[in-house]
Formats: sequence, structure tokens, C-alpha cells
Amino acid sequence: MDRAAIIGVGMTRIEGNKKTDTYADMAWEAVNRALEDAGMEMDDIDNVVTTSNDFWDGRTISCMAVGDASGAANKNVSCVEGDGTFGAFYGLTRSLSGSYDTTLVTAHSKGSESVSSLITNAAFDPIYERGLGLDMVSASAMQARAFMHRTGTTQEQLAMVSVKNHGNAMRNPMAQLAFKITVEDVLNSEMIADPLHKLDCSPVSDGCCAVIIANEKKAGKYARKPVWIKGVSFCSDSYHLGDRDLSRSKSLTAAAEKAYAMAGLSNPRKEIGLVELYDAFTYQELMWLEEMGLCGEGEAGKLLAKGAFDADGKFPVNPSGGLLSGHPVIAAGLIRIAEVVKRLRGDENGSGAKIGLAQGTNGLCGQSHCVWILGKDK
Amino acid sequence: MAKRVAIIGTGQTHHKSHRPDVNGQELINEAVKRALQDADLTMKDIDAVVIGNMDHFEGINYVDCWSVDGSGAVMKPIIKLTTGGTTGCTIAIGGYHIVASGLFDRVLVIGWEKNSESDTTGAITTAFDPVWDRLVFAGAISGLAAEAQAYMARYGATDRDGARVSVRDRKHATNNPYAQLRKEVTLEEVLASPMLADPIHLLDVCPRTDGACAIIMASEDLAVKSANKPDWIWATANRHPYSYLGDADYGRLTSMSESSKELYKKVGIREPRKEIDVIELYQPYSFAGLIWIEDMGIVGHGEGPEYVWGGNTDMGGELPINPSGGVISCNPIGATGLIRCAEAAMQVMGKAEGRQVPDVKHAISTGFGGCWWTDMILHGSEKPEY
Amino acid sequence: MTEKENIIVESGGAIQPFKYAVGMYGSKFFAELRETGKFLAVRCPRCGKTYIPPRRVCGPCFAEMTEFLEVGPGGTIGTFTILRYAFIDPETGIQKPIPYGYGFIKLDGADTLFQHYIDIQDETKVKIGARVEPVLKSVRKGTIRDIEYFRIID
Repeated sequence: MDRAAIIGVGMTRIEGNKKTDTYADMAWEAVNRALEDAGMEMDDIDNVVTTSNDFWDGRTISCMAVGDASGAANKNVSCVEGDGTFGAFYGLTRSLSGSYDTTLVTAHSKGSESVSSLITNAAFDPIYERGLGLDMVSASAMQARAFMHRTGTTQEQLAMVSVKNHGNAMRNPMAQLAFKITVEDVLNSEMIADPLHKLDCSPVSDGCCAVIIANEKKAGKYARKPVWIKGVSFCSDSYHLGDRDLSRSKSLTAAAEKAYAMAGLSNPRKEIGLVELYDAFTYQELMWLEEMGLCGEGEAGKLLAKGAFDADGKFPVNPSGGLLSGHPVIAAGLIRIAEVVKRLRGDENGSGAKIGLAQGTNGLCGQSHCVWILGKDK
Repeated sequence: MAKRVAIIGTGQTHHKSHRPDVNGQELINEAVKRALQDADLTMKDIDAVVIGNMDHFEGINYVDCWSVDGSGAVMKPIIKLTTGGTTGCTIAIGGYHIVASGLFDRVLVIGWEKNSESDTTGAITTAFDPVWDRLVFAGAISGLAAEAQAYMARYGATDRDGARVSVRDRKHATNNPYAQLRKEVTLEEVLASPMLADPIHLLDVCPRTDGACAIIMASEDLAVKSANKPDWIWATANRHPYSYLGDADYGRLTSMSESSKELYKKVGIREPRKEIDVIELYQPYSFAGLIWIEDMGIVGHGEGPEYVWGGNTDMGGELPINPSGGVISCNPIGATGLIRCAEAAMQVMGKAEGRQVPDVKHAISTGFGGCWWTDMILHGSEKPEY
Repeated sequence: MTEKENIIVESGGAIQPFKYAVGMYGSKFFAELRETGKFLAVRCPRCGKTYIPPRRVCGPCFAEMTEFLEVGPGGTIGTFTILRYAFIDPETGIQKPIPYGYGFIKLDGADTLFQHYIDIQDETKVKIGARVEPVLKSVRKGTIRDIEYFRIID
């Protein structure tokens, strides 16, 4: 892959209900913060990719609401529908295609405006599955069971993910749910869908994130030290839940292996020093870590209990607090990228990591994943 | 190094008003299989998939994930792009950048829609701002009617001028086995058809369609080894300038004039009327065939009707437009822009059969949608020099 | 199965309700309309263009707008159509009453067009450039429906 870098990031605070903000208001805030972070003017941006979802926004052509506020009026612009990591992938290709140099990528969502279970229910097959009332939470609960059954991961270990991530959020001013809780608090919280308690689930959130991607020619021309894109890969598994081994995520394993290869990582467990991943539910942090080969099968829960993924350790996982501390769908993956960038640059605590991984996901129970390897050095 | 990109295969369904014999994935699969067959490839040769449609027409969220059994993307990278009516052209532009970036060598691009599965006008209406625009907006036709009124008032065009474009496209469609409406209409029939929204008659506008289209794009090295003569992508350009309907300059499509200028500048085209051999225009209603060719710089402002009446845009004319029969003959919305791209590619590749324009060196395909938005692609028979 | 049969499954009355945020700019517009019946627009500090509905950002300038000003209430028809075909209104789920006049109104002092119903009792008067004025409801709630329609002035 030709070299490209992330040269600016910006985001809104993640909140449960941004009552006074339209999508455009959120985009305006995130985009201006990214420009300021990069030391750029809008005229320095030569094309735009927005990321949104028509179902979540309750609007066909959801990208129409944010074009002006994202500076796209006089520029080439496109829209990815899916997680922000996928939007950023398309932005990267545009910066490498020879057509453009600097791509502004945004992703937004306001979970507060809709009924989440109805939106995710619409992702199920309308003929066979939708009528059963499945939604993202109930389907994920089944996956959590399958994962726990195969690996022996315990309910307490899941709870520890929640304790760690909400605690990490206390150092993140952008986070929505920052608090100190105990394993007992998680286990005593309301049972939503067995085995997932309320504190095993990420909240409904509003937020927007923006990142600026530049090719090598332009990466060093602005204020910020670039964070280099070493590898990116994405992959989709089968659609029907019954077609997959739900305790596994084959597509994540494949995407991670390809991303490691692109980045030239021979021992990713050692070389990667920082992970921000898509923990929509507690079990996902442990499962995604294992499926990306970043720890052995059934080991993630045990390592977590030993403090191996703590923010101040050698291998911090979701030091920002992750999705459990704020989950604006669509924006969530782009926020993972932005959080890795900030930590590799050293403007937030990143334990001195030189290589970081960000992961995002599309679809039900992690059907499709996108894995980014970012590096401090060229 | 950025790579040159070419289209090396195309496939589409036989578009119909209603395809109850297939579900969405199966419809997609028909187009995918035909594109693979056209390029003499199998799914194993495909590195990644780009897909697009408009969610609310079928009511399926995360279509990229849902589609995989039909699109062939199981254990492959798949990404969804969506920009409304422009979607089909947007995904072709997406495939171009993804291959040009060097990250993938062969990319399958799929656009599809099953408009029969919902109320199209209702779904389009929800495209517009829920607070400001939805009260009066009545789907695509209402906005287009407002454009036609403004154009007629400004330049003195008539509904007969519009009808002439319908007559052309419906005649061309008789040469296209994939088109939905393959019966000629007369000027009198267009003008006598029911008035939907003044000045637009029923036969001035596109139908509702179930259909899918797929194309395969490849990087230079693989394109030259292809079984087909490659259709080289020379340049792409687009503008999505407005967030609110009332911001537009009614009677002119500024997004098309801006996109065209950028496209011509990139490749050094000075006289588009002479240098372009064929256009597949995303023309959802007849008057656009007058107005937008002016914005494209083919003729001057107000000169569209005269140019069209002169037969210049008919098959055998100076610059044939919509040999396929265009959108008025067939409109599976998420696929429509990609069908324009595929039809333009077939013209360049010499595979357009009964609708072939002789000796095509340059073709343009476009997408229209959103809030007066335009996407454009310039195709060429020779490898671009840059 | 002896003969060809294509089964259709109906989704039923599934709906996805939304609570759309109007934002600070729109809220100011609707509060003013409700209280005084006046129309507020917003002006770009860079290019001077006056936008209605008011919004934060001038797209072409990428500039934040803060200067509110009154426009209208009179204006002219910028462009229009008369809707004559039946369709289901996604806002209500029932067929929209037709025909109705759909106007893009150029309010005096504004540079963009404001969409609303126009009176079509006498279709011969419905022309681009015709003068119009709004007919407001006497009890207003702060929504786009506080305006009943725009009336053509002879």
C-alpha cells in the first residue's frame, strides 16, 4: 500500500441526548475540531466522505443533512453507509487514487431520535427472522452465550470489561458514561437478555467524529505529526445467524490477519501496543481480542482479570472507555480510529505505544469487520 | 502509485415492474453472474465488492451484510455507498477509487432495487428534511415539475419539447432487450397521458422497476489481460451542493455544470459536443433531456429543444443520448446510475449490440438524485495518458 | 407444489417513530412564527446570501451564520407545480388529498426559496412571479403547519 496518514481528528462529546443539535450541528462541531487539530482550513480539504445510515437517521439519503456543514458544497463528495471504519477506508482509497490528496471523513448518528430495537430489527431477514422480534441486543445475547459456552468465559469476566471501560472513561472528557463501578454492580444490574445485564450493554448515544486522511505528498505539510496508516482490511461473514458458528468471528480473524500482513507485523501480540475495539457489549471485547489473535482462545477473560488490558499497562484495550461508555452507532468505529491517533501522538495517555489497532463492525453479531493498524512512525 | 482502472465486464437483469419470482439476493445474483460471465471470471477472481441501493425502498437495514448470499461477498470485503438517486454512479466512482488506490485489483460493483416492495413516492419523500421539506414534497416528480416550470418560464420551452425527449428514449428502448418499457410512444400519446404534476405527464417520467446491475472494474495490468476490450475510466466528478430543496436555482442544474467543467478540465476536452460520442444520461423525466444537456455544455442555455428536435440526440444523430432507452424506460433506482455506467461501458467495448453507436471513443455516464445532485464518469476506448 | 406460485410476505403496519431535533436555528424560526407570525431568515457574513429556512452553515462559504433578519411575509412564486397524482403520505400513512398547489416561494428579502402549499382555487393565477402572502393559523404551535398556505394576491 502507498503511504497515507491521519493528520487531524475531531469529535463532539458523546451524549445520551443532544436535544438541541441537528445532524448538521454535530458535523459542524466535529469537522471544525478536526480542521483545528490538523491546522488546516476547509480550502485545504479537496474531497469529503460522510458516513451515515438511513435507518438510524429516519431519512432516505441521510447524507443530505450534513453536506453543507461538512464543507462538501463545492467539492467531490460521497457517502458510505456503515460503520465509520468503512467510511474511513473509502476516504483512504480516495487519497491514494491519484484524484485527491486530502479527504475529510465524518460519521454521525443520533440514537436518541429513534427506537433502537426497531432499527436493528430491520437488519434481520424480513421473511424468516424479523417477525420473531429479534434485535441487536437479543441476537448478541445469543452470541454471548455461544462464546461463553465454547471458551468457558464467565459472567464475572464479562462484568470486569464493564468495570474497566467505565473506569477508563473517567479520564475521557468526551465519554458519556464515566463512573467507577464494581463487578457486583454489573451483576446486580437489570437482566436485559440473558446473559447480558444492563451494564454489559453500551448505551444509546448521540455523536459525530471527523478525521482527515492525507496521502504521503500532503501528510507532512500541516501542523500535526502524521499518524501513518500501516494496514487496513475488512471482511464479511455469512448473513444468516444460523449459517455461522456464532461463537466465532471468522471474518474478523481474516480481516485482522490481512491487516497485520499489510503492516508487516509478524508478532502482533507483541508489536501492537494499544487497541480500541467495538465493545457494543462486554463479551465483544473479549471475543474480538481472541478472534483477532491478540490472545489465546478462552484466555481473554483471564488476562483481563489479571489487569493485562488496563489503561496503564503494556497492552491497553479501550483506554478511552470504549463503546460501553458511549456508542453513537456509525460514528463509533471512526471514534476508535481517532482515539488511537490521539494516543499514538501522545496527546492522551497511550502507554507509549508505537503501533495501535482500531476495529469497527457492520451488521448483526459482528458479521462484517474492519481492522486498522496505525503507526507513530513512517 | 495510483493505478489506471477499466471496466472489464457488465451484467444486468431483464428489468421488470415486478419480480415476485425472486427475492432481493436472488435478483442481485442474476446481475452478478452475468457480469462474471461477461468478463469470463469467477467469484474467486473478485477481491472486493461495492454495493448500493436506497434502504427505505425495501426496508432492509445493513444491505451490505444482508446481500452476501447474492452478491458473492461471503468472506470477502464488502462496502456500501448510498447517495440517493446518484447511488448507481456513486458506487461506480467508488469502485474506481478503490481499484485506483492499488488496494484491490478486481472489484465487483452492484446496484439494485426492488421498487415493487414499497411505496416509492413515500420513500423518496422521506429523503427530505422532516421539519421543513416533507409537508408539501411529493416524491421526485414534484421537484422535477418545479424545475420544468422554471425552465419553461425562463426559456419559453413547451411541453411538446419535453414530449419529444420521451418519444426518443422510448424508441431507443425498443433496441434494448433489458429495458422495462419497450413500446414506442407518440408525441400525442405523451401529451394526452394523465397530468401528474404540471407540466409533467405520465409518459414524461420514469416507471418503477425491479432490477439489478453489476460491473467489474480492474487495475491496468489485469484489464489489458481481460477477455474483453476494456472500457477505461478517464475521470470522475461529482457535486452534491444542497441540503435543502429551496436552495437550488430552479431551471438550471448547477451540480451538472460544475461537474462537467471539472471533468472536461481534467482530460482537456474543449468541445464536448464534438469530442463525446455517446451519453447515457440519468434523465428521470423528459425535460431533463433538454435542460441538463445545456448544463453539460453540449449546447447553450435555451438551445436544448432545438438541438433535440433536430434529431441530433437520436440514434444516428450527431451525439446519441440514451441508446439504452434511458431512465424513462427503466428505473430500478439504486441500479439506475450503474446501468448508465454499464451501458456507456458496453458502447466503448463494442458490446451494445442492437443499440451500438459506431466507433465510440468517449462516452459519458451520469447519475442524478438527492437535492439536485450530479455524479459523472468519462469513459474512453484508449488508455488515459495520465 | 404443482403450479408456479410466488408468495408475498407483508410487513404489516411496522413503523419506526422518530423524534427529530429541529436545532437552535429552526427552533428560533418556529418560536417567532408562533409568537408573532413573522418569518426569520439568516444571513451569511461572507457572501451576504440570506437563507430560509435558517441554518447554521452557509455551504458554499463554510461559514457560520449568526445574523437573523425578518423576511417576507409577502413574496412571489419562484416556481411551482400542481400535484395531481395520488400517493401515500409517509407522514400520516394515508393518501394525501389531491390536487394541491406546491409552491417554492421567494419571500421578500430572502435569497432561497421557501416551500409551502399555494392556493389553486383559480389555476389561471398560479404563475411564476405571482405575488403571494401567507395565511396563518390563529392558534399556532410552532410547526410548519402554523402556515395554512400562501394566497395569491391579485
